[in-house]
Amino acid sequence: MRSALSEQQFPQYPAPVAIQPAPAPEHAHHPWLQHHFDNMEQQAEASTLGMWVFLSTEILFFGGLFMAYLVYRHASPEGFQEASHELNRFWGTTNTLVLICSSLTMALAVRAAQTGQSRKTQVGWLLGTMVFGVGFLGIKAIEYYDKFVHHHVPGPYFHWEGMYPKPAEQFYSLYFAMTGLHALHMIIGLGIMAVIAVMAWRGIFDEEYYTPVEVAGLYWHFVDIVWIFLFPLLYLIGGHFKG
Amino acid sequence: MSGHVAPKSMYVGIWFALVVGTVLTVVAAEVDMGALNNVAMLLIACTKAALVILFFMHVRWSTRLTWVVAASGFFWLLIMFGLTMQDYLTRGWVPGTWR
Amino acid sequence: MDTTATPTLNYLNNGHGLKSWLLTRDHKRIALLYLWSVTAFFFLGGFFALMIRLELLTPASDLVQPDTYNKLFTMHGIVMVFFFLIPSIPATLGNFLIPIMIGAKDLAFPRINLLSWYIYILGGLFTITAALTGGVDTGWTFYAPYSTTASNSNVILAGLGIFITGFSSILTGLNFIVTVHRMRAPGLTWFRLPLFVWSHYATSLIMILGTPVIAITVLLVAVERGLHLGIFDPALGGDPVLFQHLFWFYSHPAVYIMILPAMGVVSELVQAFARKNIFGYAFVAFSSLAIAIIGFLVWGHHLFVSGQSTYAGLVFSIISMFVAIPSAVKVFNWTATLYKGSVSWDSPMLYAFGFIGLFTIGGLTGLFLATLGMDIHMHDTYFIIAHFHYVMVGGAIFGFLGGLHYWWPKITGRMYPEGWAKFACLNIFIGFNLTFGPQFIVGYLGMPRRYAMYAPEFQVWNVLSTAGATILGIGYLIPMVYFTWSIFKGEIASANPWGARGLEWEIPSPPPTENFLVTPIVTHGTHQYAPSHEVGIV
Repeated sequence: MRSALSEQQFPQYPAPVAIQPAPAPEHAHHPWLQHHFDNMEQQAEASTLGMWVFLSTEILFFGGLFMAYLVYRHASPEGFQEASHELNRFWGTTNTLVLICSSLTMALAVRAAQTGQSRKTQVGWLLGTMVFGVGFLGIKAIEYYDKFVHHHVPGPYFHWEGMYPKPAEQFYSLYFAMTGLHALHMIIGLGIMAVIAVMAWRGIFDEEYYTPVEVAGLYWHFVDIVWIFLFPLLYLIGGHFKG
Repeated sequence: MSGHVAPKSMYVGIWFALVVGTVLTVVAAEVDMGALNNVAMLLIACTKAALVILFFMHVRWSTRLTWVVAASGFFWLLIMFGLTMQDYLTRGWVPGTWR
Repeated sequence: MDTTATPTLNYLNNGHGLKSWLLTRDHKRIALLYLWSVTAFFFLGGFFALMIRLELLTPASDLVQPDTYNKLFTMHGIVMVFFFLIPSIPATLGNFLIPIMIGAKDLAFPRINLLSWYIYILGGLFTITAALTGGVDTGWTFYAPYSTTASNSNVILAGLGIFITGFSSILTGLNFIVTVHRMRAPGLTWFRLPLFVWSHYATSLIMILGTPVIAITVLLVAVERGLHLGIFDPALGGDPVLFQHLFWFYSHPAVYIMILPAMGVVSELVQAFARKNIFGYAFVAFSSLAIAIIGFLVWGHHLFVSGQSTYAGLVFSIISMFVAIPSAVKVFNWTATLYKGSVSWDSPMLYAFGFIGLFTIGGLTGLFLATLGMDIHMHDTYFIIAHFHYVMVGGAIFGFLGGLHYWWPKITGRMYPEGWAKFACLNIFIGFNLTFGPQFIVGYLGMPRRYAMYAPEFQVWNVLSTAGATILGIGYLIPMVYFTWSIFKGEIASANPWGARGLEWEIPSPPPTENFLVTPIVTHGTHQYAPSHEVGIV
């Protein structure tokens, strides 16, 4: 050691740790306990906390788009209102309800795993969630197609009959960016659900171990929350009482 | 390990509340309330989101840390909205400058 | 408690072959993967810097065309900021040390940790492809509308590279936060944590709350270019200033992603080499959090001349001043720790001294720039360049190198040649000051940034600067050589070569794969070099 300091010059006081003999394993390890966790509870808490931290990241990820929405709607409220009225309110409302139903089935899927119900019940609720999710995307596709046909997709072919073509194009840019990003999250969510459903089918989840279902559920509910805000902000601007 | 297990009826109840909230937003959009339309819309949306977070996402029964993490995302969003809007809302306050 | 006998099996020889490294979930091996890759990017960015300095040796644009010059400084910025400075300390030293410092076997999510490295590499490949297929000329800030419409360089590729790399940063931050909350050894309370861990916790907050915003922003720029959506386009009534708001909402706090981990390193170095517990532990710990949080409130000082409202400029100017307080708290507390300490002049400590001095200069010139009126004069001049290089190079890189020297025996189990290390440190210090010192002057005199040509009266300062950059470049190469040498020929390091305190020094060098053979039970704070009743620490 070349350091000018040596341990002789400086008396050593008790080290900050007491290394104690390893506690005897209480009982057999759960097969799904990873080696670096002490017990299942620590593992579950870490996973859910990890998902929550990720979701706070997601809030700001979508937040950038909401920021742009806020600024541009503030800049041209009339234009946004006019553009918003061209969106199909029926499909928007239906999709909101579809998504809320999928959140219910998701919550029940978590509950089914949590209470150790049969794998058929667990998979049933998960498949129900996926059916609603696919339904949502299907309706979204119908709406996108409609916008495409009417030249409401921003870009060189954008065409607007109303009084505010520029704000309308901006509105539709944001519409596609926001709903597109949301749809992407739905697709990823469906992938996650498929994996979780396979795991459930293998009978992995019970009262002892259901963290993956729970964490996937948190993600799914978050995507639902984003839509809860997107729906009124995009479809219902300024009310529809003016016709 | 054991998380909180809520009765099925509670989940169905929350689902029902969310459906009612959705219908309410659509109906409220039909009524001319001036600027209050936006306020009502956002209030309903926030309530719905709170229901999902508290009950479907189990925050109601979670540790304080989860509360803090869940709130921090929204808090930082408000920082972004607030400080950006204080620019956009004050453009032109000082005469002779931008806009 | 020293375990001087090196066990035959440690994380380095536990598994051989490429596969055992590329598929590893051991945080220590992933840290080394990161160390190799950030070093590669550092020298890539350094190459761009060298070209910039060579071009600026003469007032005319004679080495490269102005177009090429624009691409050089853009690539220098992108590579250094996103691929070196941001991951440098957290992903290498942080990854290696945080689990050890808190007495855990690994980070909470080892697979996500490995994934973050692959994402980083993927983002890097996008950026390198962008550089090789024509480069980017927007500046690392991608300001709209130039980036969205006018520029005909590879903006989309480079933007996607940054977007992808952002997720590696988010995942690292997420992993750290969960690990610190959930994996601490029994008895390791928050106020017994090493300050290194505190500063990384604060850094992680910025990573998870800031990074998503720049991710969505550069994605929007890419989408606007590629799919003709109109988000920032002024032709559609869009506001390019909004891009700057969103960009700096992340990119200003990102400065603290770069400097906070270095501050954590310096806190450890000062305590270890002054043989004293830090003066005002809680103040230093909370100042990290304060910097992280206040750092989110000040981004508007980058927009003073961008058309932001004067009122907003005033508000941002005032809040910016507040960041100086926690920063100063740290500097004063390090200095106070040195007082009556048994200070030794080992090479890591030299870097710590360098950090304190250079960061102070960088921070104080930051106050000039945060002053609304002053900034109008100095905006976009070399004064800014000098300011942020004093913070990022004089701060972040000095912290990185200091930490690398301090923990090198722990990481590799080998000592490096101390004489060469001191020489290299001196070299870097002199080279650095010669490079960036003159830029304060030439910037104040009015030389603008981002031009390949300049007025002839500025030449003498630029020649000095280029000479300094040469010395600096050589200074960086020396550690590369002796570190590589030390891996094979260096003296075998003991478990605790510095006689320092901390959990990492209680285990063998290099550590075994599972870090702790038995779970440690922590009974008091980290750097305790005097009996607890004397320092009043529980």
